[in-house]
Amino acid sequence: MKKTYSIEVDCANCAAKMEEAAKKTPGVIDASVNFMMLRMTVQFEEGADVREVMKEVRARCRKVESDCEIYL
Amino acid sequence: MNRKQKKVLVRILVAAALIALWACLPLEGPLRFLMYMLPYGIIGYDILIKAAKGIKNRQPFDENFLMAVATLGAIVLGEYTEGAAVMLFYQIGELFQSYAVGKSRRSIQSLMDIRPDSAVLVHEDGTSQTVDPDEIPVGSTILVSPGEKVSIDGIVLEGHSTLNTSALTGESLPREVFEGDNVISGCVNLSGVLKIQTTKEFGDSTASKVLELMENASSRKSRQEDFITRFARVYTPAVCYSALALAILPPVFLLMMGASPNWGNWIMRALTFLVISCPCALVISVPLTFFAGIGGISRKGVLVKGSNYLEALSRVRTVVFDKTGTLTQGVFEVDGVHHSSMDEDKLIEYAALTESYSAHPISKSLQKAHGKPLDKARVSDVEEISGQGVCAQVDGLKVAAGNTRLMDSQGIPHMPCHSTGTIVHMAVDGQYAGHILITDKLKKTAQAAVSALKKAGIKKTVMLTGDRENVARETADALGIDEVYAELLPGDKVEKVEALLSAQKKGDTLAFVGDGINDAPVLARADVGIAMGALGSDAAIEAADVVLMDDDPAKIAQAIRLSRRYLLIVHENIVFAIAIKLLCLLLSALGLAGMWTAIFADVGVMVLAVLNAIRALALNEKGES
Repeated sequence: MKKTYSIEVDCANCAAKMEEAAKKTPGVIDASVNFMMLRMTVQFEEGADVREVMKEVRARCRKVESDCEIYL
Repeated sequence: MNRKQKKVLVRILVAAALIALWACLPLEGPLRFLMYMLPYGIIGYDILIKAAKGIKNRQPFDENFLMAVATLGAIVLGEYTEGAAVMLFYQIGELFQSYAVGKSRRSIQSLMDIRPDSAVLVHEDGTSQTVDPDEIPVGSTILVSPGEKVSIDGIVLEGHSTLNTSALTGESLPREVFEGDNVISGCVNLSGVLKIQTTKEFGDSTASKVLELMENASSRKSRQEDFITRFARVYTPAVCYSALALAILPPVFLLMMGASPNWGNWIMRALTFLVISCPCALVISVPLTFFAGIGGISRKGVLVKGSNYLEALSRVRTVVFDKTGTLTQGVFEVDGVHHSSMDEDKLIEYAALTESYSAHPISKSLQKAHGKPLDKARVSDVEEISGQGVCAQVDGLKVAAGNTRLMDSQGIPHMPCHSTGTIVHMAVDGQYAGHILITDKLKKTAQAAVSALKKAGIKKTVMLTGDRENVARETADALGIDEVYAELLPGDKVEKVEALLSAQKKGDTLAFVGDGINDAPVLARADVGIAMGALGSDAAIEAADVVLMDDDPAKIAQAIRLSRRYLLIVHENIVFAIAIKLLCLLLSALGLAGMWTAIFADVGVMVLAVLNAIRALALNEKGES
């Protein structure tokens, strides 16, 4: 399953860091961040709890880039 | 400006005021240090925190790290003003960048403002209700008032109106729609109230599809963007180690030579080196240009599905056209009746009746030329002979309509035709009754489109068609197309395109233009597949790299010219930024450039590059002049 989220982030490099962090989150098959559109597209594993996975994704993104936001 | 940006602006102003004030005061010793720590802390605390986090997360080499090391180093050396000023200008640059990106983002989003937020659903009992368009099932009836956007693709049930399709097609002339016409979502209803029966779900409707495509476009990276990413990955660590070497090796060498090592001087040079090296000018300006370019070119009714295709478009040297539906209207019309032994209208009526059970475009054009409803009861014993034509009994007479092979097989002598086009020979009651000439009209802009391509420096134009040699030749001559390959089967088209692909010079690209109906394999094989008139056709949007929303071939040259301008901006920025940086790096290593030059090389170059990138937006507003 694939879902797209609105995000907020300041620089292209920070967006790339968020993408890396999201990709490594358990339950995520693939993630891509579009800095220009401020969108994050996440592809979840079959049967993953989307809300929980996204909370973890957000936590991991905050760790690498403190002032970022993902609107769940 | 958003809240975050305002906060940074306040910090910048406060820090700038403090630095200016301290410069006027006779501060000495530890007091001077403490006083300068105040503006430095105000302006730089978040950068220091981010740099520390980067080190903790084992991804130290980024801009924050560069800035933190350079400014802290300057402060350790007692250069308080420089340290605080570098941080200040860095933040000014970042603020400017974030403002510029935000602004172009908004301006492009407004270009793409075709997604309707709500729809008015009409219930069976006649009452209506405003709902989320996502919740409307296929086959529902929706009401669109003047001034509103059509939210979902469908067919007009009631009412007539004019639609503004410019957001989708770039065409400013409004389109008139009547009962029974197809309408696509994203158009703005201008005059009358329309009742529309939906034929798709919201998510599959044109407006949603187009938006999705646009939003995904910037994730397909161009070669230039890949280059920047790879460049930054190697570049930042390389610069950091060079700076380290610059700080250590020369003093050690001097020390060994017995001279004074002059540590402070060399460390300062190394720090200057670090400030100059910040790659932000490239990292932001290149994707920004592509983003603005894709957004702007869509305003012309041209959808480019990725930065990589925008780049490929700029290098097109060969344009291959499909004929029918691309250069011609794909609408066949009866052009004349020759050698008829009976009344011409009578002959057309016979032909139309004979072919009345066929779905072939020829049959449609015959019916159209006849212009009256056909009584199919007059036709019996219809026999379609594949590749030849149709035989049938009409009003008790045996009628044959088809090509020369049909006439030969029936043993009927026939007259050849000297005109080009599709010829339907007719035999009534075993006697030759003349032939009907059917032609496909050229699109009005086709000739201008080909000559515009020539003017834009396209080296070769080619036409591929399944049509007969003489028809193809005549069309190509009328349009000024260089090469023609006729009588091709769909598979042959792929082969021809492959041959053309392998014949071209390295770095050049080939574009194939088709109407997207049955040339998907060719669209996919070409470097740039351009589908034309694709609005509402999912298959074409899927297969192509570039989608022309209306069916005007003149858009191709326009799109190529625009893409070249964007690519020029990209290359300007890459060359300009790297050249200035290398020059300043060299100067700083030699000790000829101080911290202030470094600030220009970092922030100044970035601001200039971003301003240049934003030009891509202005280009679109002014058109292509």
